[in-house]
Amino acid sequence: MNNIANTIIELIVNNHPGVMSHITGLFTRRAFNLEGILCGKIEDGSKSRMYLLVNDDDRLEQIIKQIEKLYDVLEITVRKDYDHTIFNRLQELIMSD
Amino acid sequence: MKYSGAEITIKLLEKEGIDIITGIPGGTNLPLYSALAKSKIRHILARHEQGAGFMSHGMARSTGKTAVCFACSGPGATNLMTAIADAKMDSVPIIAITGQVPSSLIGTDAFQEVDTYGMTIPITKHNFLIRSAEELLSAIPEAFRIASEGRPGPVLIDIPKDVQLETIEIESFDRSFEEDDLPIYIDEVEIEKAARVINRSRKPVLYTGGGIILSGAEDMLLNFSHKSSIPVASTLMGLGCFPSGDNMFIGMLGMHGQRYTNYIMHEADLILAFGARFDDRATGKVKEFCPNAKIIHIDIDGAEMNKIKKADIAIQGDIKQAIKQLLPLIEHNDRKEWTKTIMDMRVKYPISKKMKHDEQLPEDIIKRIGGFAGEDTIITTDVGQHQMWVAQCYPFSKPRTLLTSGGLGTMGFGFPAAIGASLANPEKKVICFSGDGSFLMNIQELSTLSELDLDIKIIIFNNRHLGLVRQQQEYFYGKEYIASQFYCKTDFAKIGEGFGIESYDLEMAENPFLTLEKAIKKEGPVLINIPLAPEENVTPMVAPGCANYEMIGGEINE
Repeated sequence: MNNIANTIIELIVNNHPGVMSHITGLFTRRAFNLEGILCGKIEDGSKSRMYLLVNDDDRLEQIIKQIEKLYDVLEITVRKDYDHTIFNRLQELIMSD
Repeated sequence: MKYSGAEITIKLLEKEGIDIITGIPGGTNLPLYSALAKSKIRHILARHEQGAGFMSHGMARSTGKTAVCFACSGPGATNLMTAIADAKMDSVPIIAITGQVPSSLIGTDAFQEVDTYGMTIPITKHNFLIRSAEELLSAIPEAFRIASEGRPGPVLIDIPKDVQLETIEIESFDRSFEEDDLPIYIDEVEIEKAARVINRSRKPVLYTGGGIILSGAEDMLLNFSHKSSIPVASTLMGLGCFPSGDNMFIGMLGMHGQRYTNYIMHEADLILAFGARFDDRATGKVKEFCPNAKIIHIDIDGAEMNKIKKADIAIQGDIKQAIKQLLPLIEHNDRKEWTKTIMDMRVKYPISKKMKHDEQLPEDIIKRIGGFAGEDTIITTDVGQHQMWVAQCYPFSKPRTLLTSGGLGTMGFGFPAAIGASLANPEKKVICFSGDGSFLMNIQELSTLSELDLDIKIIIFNNRHLGLVRQQQEYFYGKEYIASQFYCKTDFAKIGEGFGIESYDLEMAENPFLTLEKAIKKEGPVLINIPLAPEENVTPMVAPGCANYEMIGGEINE
């Protein structure tokens, strides 16, 4: 998971039951790779913050543009500076029995 | 006053200016129909939900205004899917409103339950599953905004039956005043950069798509092309945005483009992709598409930039606004050399079949019809050989006069779309060109047409084959014909008569062209069957995966 070829996209999205389907559905539909996903509600619960772990390749521009078009996506930031330890720790958790 | 969710829905649709809804009722949307009964909105009962969906296409594509269709849950909703997916591919503003099983039953595999919301995520611009009557007040106006704003597209609203029945207190339905979206001014620096490249180019070609029509940029485009003598090659979706009789028009490009069109594109040193998306049917093998050209790509959807082909200059914005800003910066130029090259190409690689006159040739029949139909006549097509013949030969000169399923390529599109177009444009004649294969896919709507008595002419090119499949088997599968022939000889004229529609079969006609012209000039619905030799192919043709300059057929002495 220390793959430097990965990057993180941070999203602020409306929090309702269909949002996760819209995001993951986009990745399936466009054949983008999604290496990891972290999501939790913020503020009063009407919004969520999402971290998407994706490949940092020539498709990144297209991924971002397509995500931007989703109605429930309010903000999008590419976090090249982001500390990957969260996803690394998550990976450890998943790998342990 | 108290209103039910169903009444709120209908009231809001009235507020949006909807006067026709197409659809089919069923258990889970009966409250909506009950509310519709009290409304001035006219309901058109289709015979299959896909028919209802494509009727809404006909209305939206011919007018540019958002259209609405209804279906019930389960099979009603799944039958709508093809029409919704088609609207996504061709950027058509439709709103599909589906009934859903009551909220308490969602997830229990209830009768006629299907996850309509989940199924429509990848084929809509956006979708809503409504959880309360209150939510309708924001969701419905939002749906209309989303469907028409920017690059248009379909929106689905799934309303559980209990939400349709839930009553809430509402004081007034007055919509908060919203200003119309003015086109956003495009960064002048980018426009200046583009203008410099255009002025400096020696062999520019405009590659125009459906975006020109959606933006209403046809007049701007004409001025632009004439001012700088830039030839226009159109995609299938762009046909009608430029007069086909104009000297600067070089036809449709791509898989079934004419030889000279594709050769001219190949020669170009600059491609102006205006409201087009580099679809594979237009570009052929992308790496070899216009290999010597710089690309200026202007589109309202930023995600189209660099998606297929890297642009040298990419500008996101409304194409009408972009051309408006570009025009004063473009120098007058008669491009003598380039214009001559183009003339030479036209002479060297002419449209082969256009040279001949033959009553048996579909191209000739289509041209003849184009000769007397009038430029305001709306043409719809199904999908296959006849669609490509129409695209190649029909003399389109106005936007929104060709309604065709370009992106999804749905057989069965043309006939219900013609019904929708006629409903929205009662003063115009509508001609639906179809093939026997396509027509059989939504033939049930003859029943709807018979009731409505619309001025629609259905022309069936009948070769008793899935013609384009047969053609591909001939060219690319060693003439191994399988599953492409209909052994049943359908008497379409008799079927038409059976639905109470005046019908003709040109096989029986002594003077086919005269019969055809008379039939088309009549008022009201008419069906015309035209027998065709199965060996008639659409040429030229670029083999899938090949470059556009590698064409099969379409040569002079073919």
